[in-house]
Amino acid sequence: MSFINYLSREINCKIVYYGPGLCGKTTNLQYIYNRTNPDAKGKMISLATETERTLFFDFLPLEIGEIRGFKTRFHLYTVPGQVFYDASRKLILKGVDGVVFVADSQMLRSEANTESMDNLRTNLAEQGYNLDTIPYVIQYNKRDMPNISPTEELRQMLNTGDVPDFNAVATTGEGVFETLKSVAKLVLTELKRGAAR
Amino acid sequence: MASPQMVMYEEEFAQVQAVTNRLVQDANARVVFVIDKNGQLISASGDTGDLDTTSLASLTAGTIAATGGIAQLLREQEFATQYHEGVRQNVHIQVVSGRVILVVIFDNRTSLGLVRLRVKRATENLTRIFEMVMAKSQDPFQSSPFAEITDDDIDNLFND
Repeated sequence: MSFINYLSREINCKIVYYGPGLCGKTTNLQYIYNRTNPDAKGKMISLATETERTLFFDFLPLEIGEIRGFKTRFHLYTVPGQVFYDASRKLILKGVDGVVFVADSQMLRSEANTESMDNLRTNLAEQGYNLDTIPYVIQYNKRDMPNISPTEELRQMLNTGDVPDFNAVATTGEGVFETLKSVAKLVLTELKRGAAR
Repeated sequence: MASPQMVMYEEEFAQVQAVTNRLVQDANARVVFVIDKNGQLISASGDTGDLDTTSLASLTAGTIAATGGIAQLLREQEFATQYHEGVRQNVHIQVVSGRVILVVIFDNRTSLGLVRLRVKRATENLTRIFEMVMAKSQDPFQSSPFAEITDDDIDNLFND
């Protein structure tokens, strides 16, 4: 749910990075944080365990520019990927405007990817959202690893709705900003469409 | 869309700000915030100078969401009030009309009793204001800034 403030002339939107455990959601945010001008970002917050696994969420506020005199801010969140943190994942999806599904390209993780995507669909539905209509993109991460599935195979398995998708190596930043720009654009286009209704 | 968009116009924003300004004074608080349940900061009053208000907003919403989850598991309604006691500072958190969160940060210049009392009155006022905000946000005749935005505007935002 976006928030528009006429007095401070700001538009705030929420984007959630979803995906199986260790797929690189936090790494996406860390790369964005490290490569963004200090004026355009706030602090990155990570609520993580001692072993740096996400416990509740990571949060990064980001300003991407102005549209018609309105500062446009995106609040980026990740969910904890591990299966048993499902209650937390549901909470983080509340009020979401756009979703990035980060898939792990390694062959061994193909079941974890589909399981996580099914979980995303179910949890979104519980909040009253439909994965087929919400602004949504897919990232095939870890393309630099050995034993990865071909992109076309991942696409067939995960991208049944033919949404924008990107190959990525989040540790080096490949595909990270392309993914973010794509989902941000979809969110703004959806808000515009909503206003025209 | 699962939850309606919140649009804050100048008139209601001024009213919210007046409530939080008054609460800072009446409760002798350090800072007062109003936050949307999704973690967006709506207004802040008091000594906000060195505080990272954006992060505070997001974390407070996370706390409320987490305790809301606990409430659900216990088949309890929402835990509408929370209190965190620190060594030098304390935080009082109140959910207002199930929609926004009123946060009061205070130190030993005041007491929890006074803060609670003043929060109660502020909550009543904020409930009334946010009912108006939501009614206005859902009014199809109110203009949205997005109505005038073109596809080119959106494209230009992402041109490097």
